[in-house]
Amino acid sequence: MNNAAAQDAQIAQARFVGTGDAETTKYQWLSNQHRDTYASLIGHPNLLSYMAVAENESLARCRLNLLEKMVQPCGPPPPAEDA
Amino acid sequence: MHLYHVTLQPPTHINQVVLGKFSGTKVQEMVLARSSRLELIRPDPDSGKLLTVLTHDVFGTIRSLAAIRLTGSSKDYIIVGSDSGRLVILEYNPGANRFDRVIMETFGKTGIRRTVPGQYLAADPRGRVLMVAAPEKHKFVYMLTRDANSVLAISSPIEAHKAHTLVFDCVALDMGFENPVFACLEVDYGEAEDRPDEPVDKVLTYYELDLGLNHVVRKWSDTVDRDANLLVPLPGRALVDAVPEGPSGVLVCSKNYITYRHQDVPAHRVPIPQRTPTKEDRGVLIVAAAVYKSKGTFFVMLQSEVGDLYKLTVDYEGDQVTDLCIQYFDTVPTAVGLCILDNGCLFVASEFGNHMLYQFEQLGDNDDVPQYHSSKSDESDPLAPTVLEPRELTNLAPIDEMESLAPLLDTTILNLANEDTPQVYALCGRGAQSSFKVLRHGLEINEIAVSALPGHPQAIWSTKLTATDPYDSYIVVSFTDATLVLAIGETVEEVTDSGLLTNKPTLVVQQIGPNALVQVHPQGYRLIQADKRVSEWRPPAHQVVTHAVANERQLVLGLSSGEVVYFELDATGQLAEFDRTTEFGEDITALSLALAPPGQQRTPFLAVGLADSTVRIISLEPHNCLDALAMQALSDVPSSLCLVEMADRETDPHLTTLYLYTGLRNGVLIRTSVDHVSGQLAETRTRFLGSQPVQLCRVVTNGVPAVLALSSRPWLSYVYQSRTRLAPLAYEALVYAGAFRSEPCAEGLVAIADDTLRILNVERLGTPLNQAAVPLQCTPRRTIHHPVHNQFVVYETDHLPDGTPGSATNPAWTSCLRIINPLSGETSWMHQFDPDEAAFGMGLVIFSSEATEPASPLILVGAARGFSQTTQKSLAAFIYAFRFNADGTTLELLHKTEVDEIPRVIIPFQGRALVGMGPLLRIYDLGKRKMLRKCQSRAIPNSIVTLQAVGSRIIIGDLQESIHFALYRPQENRIAVFADDTLPRWITATHLLDYNTVAGGDRFGNLFVLRLPTEISQKIDNDATGNLLYHEKGYLQGAANKLTPLAHFYVGDTITSLQRATLVVGGREVLVYTTLLGAIGALIPLTSKADVDFFQTLETHLRSEAPPLCGRDHITYRSTYVPVKAVIDGDLCEQFALLATSAKDGIAEDLDRTPGEIAKKIEDMRTMYAF
Repeated sequence: MNNAAAQDAQIAQARFVGTGDAETTKYQWLSNQHRDTYASLIGHPNLLSYMAVAENESLARCRLNLLEKMVQPCGPPPPAEDA
Repeated sequence: MHLYHVTLQPPTHINQVVLGKFSGTKVQEMVLARSSRLELIRPDPDSGKLLTVLTHDVFGTIRSLAAIRLTGSSKDYIIVGSDSGRLVILEYNPGANRFDRVIMETFGKTGIRRTVPGQYLAADPRGRVLMVAAPEKHKFVYMLTRDANSVLAISSPIEAHKAHTLVFDCVALDMGFENPVFACLEVDYGEAEDRPDEPVDKVLTYYELDLGLNHVVRKWSDTVDRDANLLVPLPGRALVDAVPEGPSGVLVCSKNYITYRHQDVPAHRVPIPQRTPTKEDRGVLIVAAAVYKSKGTFFVMLQSEVGDLYKLTVDYEGDQVTDLCIQYFDTVPTAVGLCILDNGCLFVASEFGNHMLYQFEQLGDNDDVPQYHSSKSDESDPLAPTVLEPRELTNLAPIDEMESLAPLLDTTILNLANEDTPQVYALCGRGAQSSFKVLRHGLEINEIAVSALPGHPQAIWSTKLTATDPYDSYIVVSFTDATLVLAIGETVEEVTDSGLLTNKPTLVVQQIGPNALVQVHPQGYRLIQADKRVSEWRPPAHQVVTHAVANERQLVLGLSSGEVVYFELDATGQLAEFDRTTEFGEDITALSLALAPPGQQRTPFLAVGLADSTVRIISLEPHNCLDALAMQALSDVPSSLCLVEMADRETDPHLTTLYLYTGLRNGVLIRTSVDHVSGQLAETRTRFLGSQPVQLCRVVTNGVPAVLALSSRPWLSYVYQSRTRLAPLAYEALVYAGAFRSEPCAEGLVAIADDTLRILNVERLGTPLNQAAVPLQCTPRRTIHHPVHNQFVVYETDHLPDGTPGSATNPAWTSCLRIINPLSGETSWMHQFDPDEAAFGMGLVIFSSEATEPASPLILVGAARGFSQTTQKSLAAFIYAFRFNADGTTLELLHKTEVDEIPRVIIPFQGRALVGMGPLLRIYDLGKRKMLRKCQSRAIPNSIVTLQAVGSRIIIGDLQESIHFALYRPQENRIAVFADDTLPRWITATHLLDYNTVAGGDRFGNLFVLRLPTEISQKIDNDATGNLLYHEKGYLQGAANKLTPLAHFYVGDTITSLQRATLVVGGREVLVYTTLLGAIGALIPLTSKADVDFFQTLETHLRSEAPPLCGRDHITYRSTYVPVKAVIDGDLCEQFALLATSAKDGIAEDLDRTPGEIAKKIEDMRTMYAF
């Protein structure tokens, strides 16, 4: 890989949350996917309402639950593998 | 194929509301965000009801709103956080009645993304800075200033980013004129990943903008309750030496507690009174809050998620809080936003159901409900026994209600009431606010008074006595041989000293000149001065006056000889006859004059309708008086005429268009524009109104003239937000009507119907559909119409968040099935399912195995017991079979069959039932004791949500994997999928357009049309062996054949139902969709290539000439998920009317048409197919 491409990748990783690299684990990737999804559900009024009607909860509680899930969407991280 | 998209009813829910003085006057207004629409409303100063002043589609999802007022200014600006990746500041322009964009600043990518700001907005109360934040990491602070021309300007963004930080809420503190501070509720998930064993803290962080250094610092941060969700900033002091209006700081709302926090001062904590104690981990959540400041004191109104309002007061000394006191206030619908207005009103923007406006009757000071104080609460017993009894409204009184359909879950469009147009039968609402609604196209009418009249009245007028009177004094009713004069006061009473002749019928009554009244009867006219002096005029011998028309300065009489006599007011206040009459040689059937323009002697034109089916424009100018200027040939004899100046060019309110409305004897209404100078007629629009001859009356709506057209149904042609609309009134047929101005009702109508006098008022001009609601018990899910007995079967299912699946004592589900008569709204039968059982699907099936005559349909209901939403598993699933009784008013349970998966969709299929249950597709037949399984397919990947059948073909909608085409082969008794889609679509509704074409809608708000290529369709149908079906090699990990997309369009809201319907008399079928948030729209198929080219070019022009207000690019918005294809956005085309004249002319030139022709073409698309 040339230098410029590596630099671009570094810039992307610094600027955009969730940009992966060779070291990204499955857990990190999946957590990012979930966080993106939850953020989209919170931001679209129709999707939040859809969920609120299904669960019969208030919009505020649905939003809070989704935000709370964004903290650790896939549970605690797996123990680090010893090299 | 090309489709034209129009919105019939915009979304009715509100997702954001903000209070401010946006007009720059003392009147408080509210700006609402209804997903992609901005709406400005204000309480009417007279009636207190809410008036919609302006709505504007911004073609983007609005996520947050804030109001900001610069120091020293009296006008609030509107800050909009949307999906455009831009900060937009709007200003309301009251003169032109539009939103003007003042600032647009790009800060990120478009779309609703995790790290692109727009989700939260906070504006400094002193109007100096604002913060815009994303759910994660990114926060920008902008400083607001005025430039040299005192135009609003903003600084470059100052970053306050913090990686791995989730933001739960973001508010601006009231710091007076010290450095602005923003408070954020944050969680650092990076810590959670680094130290998995430790609990994650939620922190309250203060971000201070140092105005001297232009730099944001994290000033203070402290741990708060882990479940905190909302911040409420409290007022502070304006200046260092001023008396503080409040202690500043924030209230942190968490489950069960309200905590006051501020830097360097002790916290105060008070429990939230709650109803019966909830499950431990649930607690009571505060969902909305409003702070009301007045004369140095303030209180906070908080609302819990069940709708209970609490009043919270704060005691403080200097900057130190000494006590928080909370008490239960009242219970109103759960809100997304609360606004307390200066006039003592509370606006509740409900999350679901109707939005309410309440009046504060009292502030709860004399209430005997317990109060809870932070100074007295005991930390050792944190959950104080704060039991609350919900009660009827005590402190609040409802004043007005804004109807909302959200959530709109299912609809059926049918004409069951045998009206001109079909009705929409809709399932709306959630939980206790659920209802079955009947929507009809028509403006809502408020009946103010009805009083009986003697005999058969023919006509009615309401008139004032002098030119300066604000309100009307007399109502004049004409009978075949007499006239009745009624005086308007506290009550309406007959008067005899009016000077009007009562022994003759009246042709017209008009206030004329400064203070005279003219009455025209068949034997002449009578001019009554204020001092009761009377002057009269009689027609030549053997002639009678047959028609008459008058305005404030002119009078025209039509005689039985076919002559027209013209009078004009002279300087002495008398009517001077023009020395020449004109004769047409035909009977006059109608006359009309426009109102005299203010400050001018006369209106220059007279319209005359003649029995030879023509209408003529006659000049009234002195130099060519009574010369014919223009003529229009008609299809029938005109029965009524109305010349009216319509203010339909709102870009400049002083520019009006003169229109000639012609009502024909055959029930057709024609509208033609009249040139102000030459009197030439142009731009004719025709509309069929009903079977009766059309009678036209000039009325007033929203302060501008409108025309009431009476046929077999009353219609109103009015201008609303620069668009001329023609809508029926939701009222019975009227004989005659006129405008009525009185103190309580400034824009009323006085009308005759059924030999009675009615005083009416048109409400909610912006709402084209009026509704009648039948309350239901819990959230309705689906409805089925029984075509023979005209009954609707509805099932309702609610999840109970407090319950436990599988528990009999504390069930997680409640569900019922009922039969509703759509016309009477009565429930004739109801079945409550067992606790913890929930209905998830329903179908009406006629089994061919039953040889009954006539065939008796069965209702099959798919239900589950102990369904868990987290695992999506149930303890058991069933199919209930119910049979209708003879008259279709009740159902009888036949049997209940246990099945493997939850049946979510059931349709009739070749005399048996086709059931979609999870990934299984099965055919069931009816047995004596249970349903009998006949055939099964496992070809669907996730879960079947929709089914359509045509012949042996089955069209299956999957929860995630779009549409599948399958074929049932009775020879092998096998179902096989032979075609599917290439895109994953989360189907919510489908509708079959023809044998090979299906329209669908998905959860994310996309509408699409897919088609099976004809050659594949024929190949499959002609394949006798079934080899093509069973043994063709799959393609792209799916079926062997793929569907081709024909059209795609992003609506921006979850589609809940799709169907074809004919919405106007004589119109063609359109595809009608409804959405979760209460919008109804239609896709109109375009038939000619010329139309497609025209609208595509127009759309392209509008995208560049009228880019969406909030900075979202129109084409990218409509292509949010998939590029828009073959659908023209009529909503954008209709914004043509809002353009400035020069822009209109430019577009018109490019399209080789006049602006009027373009406007007519846009209008025609609506009137021909929809409303």
